[in-house]
Amino acid sequence: MKETVSSVVIKKEWDIVGARQAGRQLSQELGFGSVDQARIATAISELARNIYLYAKEGEITFEELYDLPKVGLKIIAKDKGPGINDLSAVMEDGYSTSGGLGAGLPGVKRLMDEFDLVSDEEGTKVTTIKWARP
Amino acid sequence: MSSLRSDMQDYKDLLSKYLETKDEAILYQAEQFSKQSIQQNISPDEIVNVHYQALKDIYPDLHEQIEGSFKFLIETMISYGLAYQEHQVLREKQIELKSEIGVAANMQNTLLKTSVPKTHAIDIGVKSVPAREMNGDYHHFIKDEQGNVGVAVADVIGKGIPAAFCMSMIKFAMESFSENQIYPQWILDSLNRVVSRNVEQGMFVTMFYGLYDVYTHQFYYASAGHEPCFILRNETREFEEIDAKGLLLGVESAVKYEQLNTSIHEGDLIVLLTDGVTECRVDGRFIEQEEVLNIIKEHEHLNSQEIVEYVFKYFERLQDFQLRDDFTLVVMKRNSSLSV
Repeated sequence: MKETVSSVVIKKEWDIVGARQAGRQLSQELGFGSVDQARIATAISELARNIYLYAKEGEITFEELYDLPKVGLKIIAKDKGPGINDLSAVMEDGYSTSGGLGAGLPGVKRLMDEFDLVSDEEGTKVTTIKWARP
Repeated sequence: MSSLRSDMQDYKDLLSKYLETKDEAILYQAEQFSKQSIQQNISPDEIVNVHYQALKDIYPDLHEQIEGSFKFLIETMISYGLAYQEHQVLREKQIELKSEIGVAANMQNTLLKTSVPKTHAIDIGVKSVPAREMNGDYHHFIKDEQGNVGVAVADVIGKGIPAAFCMSMIKFAMESFSENQIYPQWILDSLNRVVSRNVEQGMFVTMFYGLYDVYTHQFYYASAGHEPCFILRNETREFEEIDAKGLLLGVESAVKYEQLNTSIHEGDLIVLLTDGVTECRVDGRFIEQEEVLNIIKEHEHLNSQEIVEYVFKYFERLQDFQLRDDFTLVVMKRNSSLSV
C-alpha cells in the first residue's frame, strides 16, 4: 500500500532546499534515524541539482511506502531534459566526483536502498527508495 | 548490522571510561576501534553518529544545542562518507587492474622469450629489465642453419601496454621469416612494412639488427634509428662506434635500409643497448655513454653474462633502485681460437 504525498518543482537553485526540507520532514515522520535523514537529504540534493544543472526544470516526487512492518520513502526525480547518453559512464565511480561536482548518481545509489534510472530523448527519471531500519 | 551494534556498545563503554579517567590506554583502544571500523568499511558519518548516540546514552539530558550541533556535523560528514566508499571501490578496482597487468606482463615474458644461442665462436650475455611491469624494450636472437647468429635490439617509443602489444607483433613477424633470410637489411625492410601497415600513427620502433657470421667473423648490421652499437677492439683497447643510417620503423613504408659490415677479431667485444642504458638520469644529469662503456671496459675479463649483470647492478644502484626507463644490454665477445 502506498500513497502519493507531495512533489516539489525544481526550477531555481533555491528549490533544492525546498526539496530537501520536504524530504526531511517526511523521513522524520516515518521514523528514520538522524544519519538516514541526512543521507536522504543528500540524495535529494544530488537529484535536484542534476535537474537544475542539466535539465533546467523538473520535479521531485515523494511517496510514503507502507509494506508493513517495513516503512520507506520513495523519491522520484523526473525531468524533460536532453537525457543521458551513456548511462554506464554516469554510473561509474569517479565520473562526476573527479570534476568536484559532488557524489553524482553512484552516490545517490549508495545513499539509498533501491535505485532505478531510465533516460531517453524525452527526459530522465530516477526512482529511488530508502527503507527505515526498524 | 549486529556487529555495528555491539561495536557501538564497545564505543560507549570506551568513551565513558575515557571521560572518567583520561587514560592513555583507552585512547589506544580507540585507535584499535578506528582500525577495526575501517576494516568493516564503516564510513566516517557512521562513526560520528555512533559518538552522538553514545554521548546521548551517557548524558541523557544533553544540551539541545549540542544535539543540534551533532546533527549538523553528521550532515556535513555524509559526503565524506560517500567519498570514502567510492575510494574503497576504486581501490578494489585498482588492485584488480594491477593483478591483470601482472598476468599480462607474465604473458609478455612468455611470448617474447628468446634463448641465447650457444656457439663456440662467440660468448653472448644479455640483460633486459623493464622500468614498469610491461617491457617496451625487446631483444631477439636467431640462429640459422649454418649456426650464424642474428641479434635484434629494439625500443618502442612509448611505454607500457601499447608498447608491449607492438613488441609482440614484431616478435611474431620476425618468427615468420625463414631462417635463411636473416640479413639485417632484409629483416629491417620487411619489419618496416609490417609496422607501418599495422601500427597507428605515432608509435615508432627503433631497432638495431646484427648478424654474426661465425665462419668469416664478419658482423653485418643495419639500424632503424636506434642507438649506435659499440665494438671494443682488442688491438687498440678503444671503443669503435658503428652505426648505419635508417629511419625508425613505421614512419614510411617504402624505406630501404643501409647494411654495413665490419670484421670482428679475437677478443673483440660487441655492445648493443637501448637508450634506457645511455639515457638513464641520475640526480638531474644524464649518464654519459662513456661511463657505461668504461664500466664494460673495466670488466671485460669477465664472461659476457657477468658483464651485463654487473653493469645492470651498477646502474640500478646509481638510480636508487628505481629504473626510469627499460634497460636492455647485449654483450657479444669473440672467443679466442685458443680457448675453443
